[in-house]
Amino acid sequence: MSVTNEQVRHIAKLARIAMSDEEIERLAPELNNILGWVEQLGEVNTDGVEPLTAVIDQKLRLRDDVVNDGNIRDDVLANAPDAQHGFFAVPKVIE
Amino acid sequence: MTELTTKTIAELRDGLRSRQFTAREIAESYNAAVAAAKALNAYTVETPDDALAAAEAADSGKATGPLAGIPLGIKDLFATRGVDTTAGSNILKGFKPRYESTVTANLRKAGAGMLGKLNMDEFAMGSSNETSAYGPVLSPWRRSGSNVSLTPGGSSGGSAAAVAAGIAPGVTGTDTGGSIRQPAAFVGICGIKPTYGRCSRWGIVAFASSLDQAGPMGKTVRDCAILLEAMAGFDPKDSTSLDLPVPQWEANLSSDLRGKRVGIPKEYRIDGVPAEINALWDQGIEWLKDAGATPVEISLPHTKYALPTYYIIAPAEASSNLARYDGVRYGLRVEGVRTLDDMYAATRANGFGAEVKRRIMIGTYVLSAGYYDAYFTKAQRVRTLIKQDFAKAFEQCDVILTPTAPSAAFGIGETTDPLAMYLNDVFAVPASLAGLPAMSVPGGLDSQGLPLGLHLIGNELEEQMVLNAGLAIEERAGFNARPEKWW
Repeated sequence: MSVTNEQVRHIAKLARIAMSDEEIERLAPELNNILGWVEQLGEVNTDGVEPLTAVIDQKLRLRDDVVNDGNIRDDVLANAPDAQHGFFAVPKVIE
Repeated sequence: MTELTTKTIAELRDGLRSRQFTAREIAESYNAAVAAAKALNAYTVETPDDALAAAEAADSGKATGPLAGIPLGIKDLFATRGVDTTAGSNILKGFKPRYESTVTANLRKAGAGMLGKLNMDEFAMGSSNETSAYGPVLSPWRRSGSNVSLTPGGSSGGSAAAVAAGIAPGVTGTDTGGSIRQPAAFVGICGIKPTYGRCSRWGIVAFASSLDQAGPMGKTVRDCAILLEAMAGFDPKDSTSLDLPVPQWEANLSSDLRGKRVGIPKEYRIDGVPAEINALWDQGIEWLKDAGATPVEISLPHTKYALPTYYIIAPAEASSNLARYDGVRYGLRVEGVRTLDDMYAATRANGFGAEVKRRIMIGTYVLSAGYYDAYFTKAQRVRTLIKQDFAKAFEQCDVILTPTAPSAAFGIGETTDPLAMYLNDVFAVPASLAGLPAMSVPGGLDSQGLPLGLHLIGNELEEQMVLNAGLAIEERAGFNARPEKWW
């Protein structure tokens, strides 16, 4: 499989990274080089092999169903590029 | 007091206890050494007052923990309250966390102070520190008779350079696919990545969550044991944290390896590795034999598939983890674009460097509709096979010995092809995929006068075995070379 410029443009859109046509053209062969290399995994017979989900076997814990955090609004907003009236502010979404 | 900066953490601790010097003298020596070493570009932020305050607490008897009066360097991936935490990226420029990572909080509880934050590859993606938004760290080492700038390795390159240059007695690092061990090898120091889950990931900027593990780097195996004991421990805030007591790794250090079997994986004899590195590996086998161990040949049949597996799984997890950098909650925001979507795209285009973008793109692709099973699920199946390889190998041996990296440190700008750069972690990545503890210990110098490391991999939770084998090598290698000061 090899990716076309058009596909790279689509991936960049999915990843929300603005890219110029020059960048897309530079990146496409780089990505193809890496993807071509990882495709050697196709040689490995993985029939009947479960995908790994937990690298060290352990049970997922449940914590007590109680409120143990909160009331830190100002801390949460402290690093926001734009915070107004106790909220994150973003460019207008609805015209 | 410059001689204080040549001491190990164990020596500093013992000297403090016997009142040969004060914690204040240690902090002042290191603060001065840090301030005088700007040419290395190892620190992104210096926090001399933090180191002095911790020293004061130690000298006045208020701090009595195992690291009381020991100042440390902290990789810029760890959230530190009120101190810039940027993961070496423009997208986090100016981010001052309102909280402290569990690992650094544990170190503070043990009495340690902080000298500053250490430079690193952007989001820990790199093997040479060249992807940092702050520019590359320069290794304190140079080839004999040369003044070419070398990389300290990566991604924990600032951490490695700081210990080797004597501008921190010990440091934190993180290791996703070799980021503690390869830089430790490049600069002639020790570094250990513990079993996945030993150190809490809470408050560490996430790269690939199923692989990321914090660990210490220091001058000696003992220093690594001391630091790891303080860093590790169960943390309910990390869902993969291991709910186990922290062993007394330092007290149980022993280089007596009688009755132990050392596995030598035949698949690690790969083409293109310099003869010097294979010769050091053979020397390492002799050292462990001398310590009482028996070498056994083992097979890890899926070794050659570890790197391609890693370069599917790690970018996939990264593309998901780095989705949070959207210009809304913290860090950079690019203004002057019309829509919210344009703001996301412009911010991420501007804030991320080339290697981070490359990996997000790969990760997004392998997780996208139609490709998920062919790439991501396939890689997770191969990862199961790699894990099984190790499980079988540890039926035949107690610890595995390999070289740490396939080369000595290379020059800044010498490796420009991404794939060639990835190959640097060929020996380190399999243990990461299997979640196993692994350590690099200096073995000797190559013909150009640069350090080479030996790599020990242990079974799950067997950090003690790794440390003990590391100690046996350290005692026999007698590695005490230090870079000649040029900075």
